[in-house]
Amino acid sequence: MIEVKNISKSFDDKQVLKNISAKFYDGKTNLIIGLSGSGKTVLMKSIVGLVSPEEGEILYDGRDITKMDIKQMKELRKEIGMLFQGSALFDSETVLGNVMFPLIMFSSMSNAEMKERAEFCIERVNLKDANNKYPSELSGGMQKRVAIARAIALNPKYLFCDEPNSGLDPKTSILIDELLSDITHEYGITTIINTHDMNSVLGIGENILFVNKGECGWVGTKDEIYDSDNDALNNFVFATRLFMQVKEMHNYNRIAGSKKQ
Amino acid sequence: MILRTALQTFGDYCLFIWRVFSIPDKWKVFFKRYIDEISKLGIDSIPLVVIISIFIGAVCTIQMELNVSSPLMPRYSVGLATREIILLEFTSSILCLILAGKVGSNIASEIGTMRVTEQIDALEIMGINSANYLVLPKIAAFVSFISVLVVFSMATALGGGYLVCVVTDIVPVSTYVYGIQTMFQEWYVWQALIKSLFFAFVVSSVASYFGYNVKGGALEVGKASTNAVVTSSIFILLLDVILTHVLLQ
Repeated sequence: MIEVKNISKSFDDKQVLKNISAKFYDGKTNLIIGLSGSGKTVLMKSIVGLVSPEEGEILYDGRDITKMDIKQMKELRKEIGMLFQGSALFDSETVLGNVMFPLIMFSSMSNAEMKERAEFCIERVNLKDANNKYPSELSGGMQKRVAIARAIALNPKYLFCDEPNSGLDPKTSILIDELLSDITHEYGITTIINTHDMNSVLGIGENILFVNKGECGWVGTKDEIYDSDNDALNNFVFATRLFMQVKEMHNYNRIAGSKKQ
Repeated sequence: MILRTALQTFGDYCLFIWRVFSIPDKWKVFFKRYIDEISKLGIDSIPLVVIISIFIGAVCTIQMELNVSSPLMPRYSVGLATREIILLEFTSSILCLILAGKVGSNIASEIGTMRVTEQIDALEIMGINSANYLVLPKIAAFVSFISVLVVFSMATALGGGYLVCVVTDIVPVSTYVYGIQTMFQEWYVWQALIKSLFFAFVVSSVASYFGYNVKGGALEVGKASTNAVVTSSIFILLLDVILTHVLLQ
């Protein structure tokens, strides 16, 4: 479990995070949602250790990363996988090379073992016949899947995804969501997803943190979101007519279901 | 204000170099990258070096013949003066200024693109010292291979002069060959090699610094590439003054 306690962060005079506390659970898809500029990316970067908060604690299973030295941080990073918004695959490496990269750097496996493990991860994300292709030869969805394969190559305990669905069509987005959800449950990973995609929120959000103007606006599950009377949250999640209808349908089905019983 | 910014940038550069010169995570990976960089930055530069050197050697010889044609000057002084120009300035300073354009922009744009596409962040997240992983092989490769390029340049530039003599007969070939052998000082070759080591370090490290610190998108990568070439060229010229004074005193 990752626990964030009272973290604050400012850039120049602007306070981006204001005393945020949250818990992200093992084996669950934890979502961070919020408007653009609300501070969710800074929150995720703080949790990962790319940004240092001014106050507060970030605990990875009780280990506070704000108090770690470089060596301890380096060890912790081997337990972390991250999927970036733009996939961040290495252009000069093939798909196989990208997935083998963390294994080459940090494992003591033989070449054959590394190749076997990388091929297993590539197969796990449903990519076939792409081992020798370069990132530029792949579609956006395929690049995301390679990035997921690379992120899980070292069997991470914690998986971070920064807007995994950005730039993807709805069908591919659902495939990526399902893949992340399956991997999270299969390996018991603490997965934190930073997203704008309401399909993801209502589809795989097992623990959702809504960040509003740098503060913790709401915490709950995808089912609890329908009943929330938090205006800021409702204005964000159910901003479009389509999602308003989804909410109405959900409430209608629930009432109809309870009447039947 | 400008002084403060310059000092701040220099401080950042020093911290960056400190990060670059740490022990690589895996030596095997480092050597693989080192060999790749030798191929990319060094071997791929040989055609450019050869072409430029032949033409500069040829032009120097023609210029010397035009400007040194005096009854008081021996004919072999054309070869001698061409050799001195090539050994003292062209193969170290001018060659490195040219390579600052090719190699410097290549390094800055490659690392800058990696920065804006989050590839450097991906390395950091994995717990890899990205500055060391990306930059050290480039600096090591370019600094170690520059001597080969300089020697290539010396040989081909003198060859360019020889070709001019053969084709145009402005100076008899035997006189040119006699000129380039006369009063030869071995130290001039060494000082060119020593100077080029410093210049190669400046080109590769400054370009890496600008690329590594890109913020923004494609436009900023282009700006970083230009800044890298301009800054390293200025530093090469400054260092040239200092090193020439120190080495030829």
